[in-house]
Amino acid sequence: MSKFNKKKDAAVPAVNTASLPDIVFMLLFFFMTVTVMKDSTLKVENTLPNATEIKKLEKKDRVIYIYVGKPTREYEKVYGTESKIQLNDKFADASEVGDYILMERAKKPQELQNVLTTSLKVDKDANMGIISDIKQELRKVNALKVNYTTYEGDAFRNLQ
Amino acid sequence: MSKRGAPPEVNAGSMADIAFLLLIFFLVTTTIETDAGLDRMLPPIEPPEQDVIIKQKNIFQVNINREGQLLVDEELVNITDLRAKAIAFLDNGGAPSGSDDFCNYCKGARDASSSDSPSKAIISLKNDRETKYSTYITVQNELVGAYNELRNREAQRLYKTNFTDMEAEYLNPETPSDVKDELKEKVKRIQDLFPMKLSEAETASASIN
Repeated sequence: MSKFNKKKDAAVPAVNTASLPDIVFMLLFFFMTVTVMKDSTLKVENTLPNATEIKKLEKKDRVIYIYVGKPTREYEKVYGTESKIQLNDKFADASEVGDYILMERAKKPQELQNVLTTSLKVDKDANMGIISDIKQELRKVNALKVNYTTYEGDAFRNLQ
Repeated sequence: MSKRGAPPEVNAGSMADIAFLLLIFFLVTTTIETDAGLDRMLPPIEPPEQDVIIKQKNIFQVNINREGQLLVDEELVNITDLRAKAIAFLDNGGAPSGSDDFCNYCKGARDASSSDSPSKAIISLKNDRETKYSTYITVQNELVGAYNELRNREAQRLYKTNFTDMEAEYLNPETPSDVKDELKEKVKRIQDLFPMKLSEAETASASIN
């Protein structure tokens, strides 16, 4: 009978975790490939308004960004609380927008230079005055395609 | 000489930890987002060669003042009614049948004192320097929405699909090119039925109260 003696230790065998690194690596590679690092730190408040009739901005390499909004708390002392324009990493005046667009346009490959879109990321509390100035500058450098970047949502919520 | 056996195995037990560390870093920094927004074209800076005379009845004037109130054709209008008003104006088709401008697909009131046809109808948007951006976007959204609604209606009638879906597919870079060519024609046709003529005058510096 001793042949069929049950083994005394009935402890649950340890789960084999040898494939755990593989799984984790798989996830890691997924996130590594989809990650887009933020290219500029926002120095302005940037709560975009909502809209429903939106179109997606495809192809990130054809977009030039302009941020507008109140300076965030840490810059408030230096730059005040009026809405400001941010180009790349620094605050700028409306008159500098044209040069910035030309500079960014020159950086892009030749075949893309005519199909660029300017994405205006404007805080919803900004005034139209500053937007009008930007639009005027954009017209001067012939960057006519603009996209008022918004969140998707009920547009009437903007009014509250 | 000591006998060398198989080389000692590298302990890979901590590999998972390292991978987790990296994973968490990328998880935190990831922003999977595609920006979206309202596409608009600005008018070129050169003034048009000759002044075009536009009949007053073909212009739908929208003024936004600094308080965010709307004046549409000299009339105070609630922002929620703007879309319906714009649709009524664009879809009016006031030109009498038989004339060049006659619009056979319009379903509007055919009021002779409103726009002649969608291709003649112009929406003019004016705002104050003090107008809030959010109000402006809401108005833009409603006007673009009015066009989209009419275009969807025509696309449903002609192709049994929505214009906005067709356009999204057309603009999607993953759409194969043969499908794109076919869509391009359809999109163009619908756009010609209701061309978007949204003009923005330079911002008034004095507010209209």
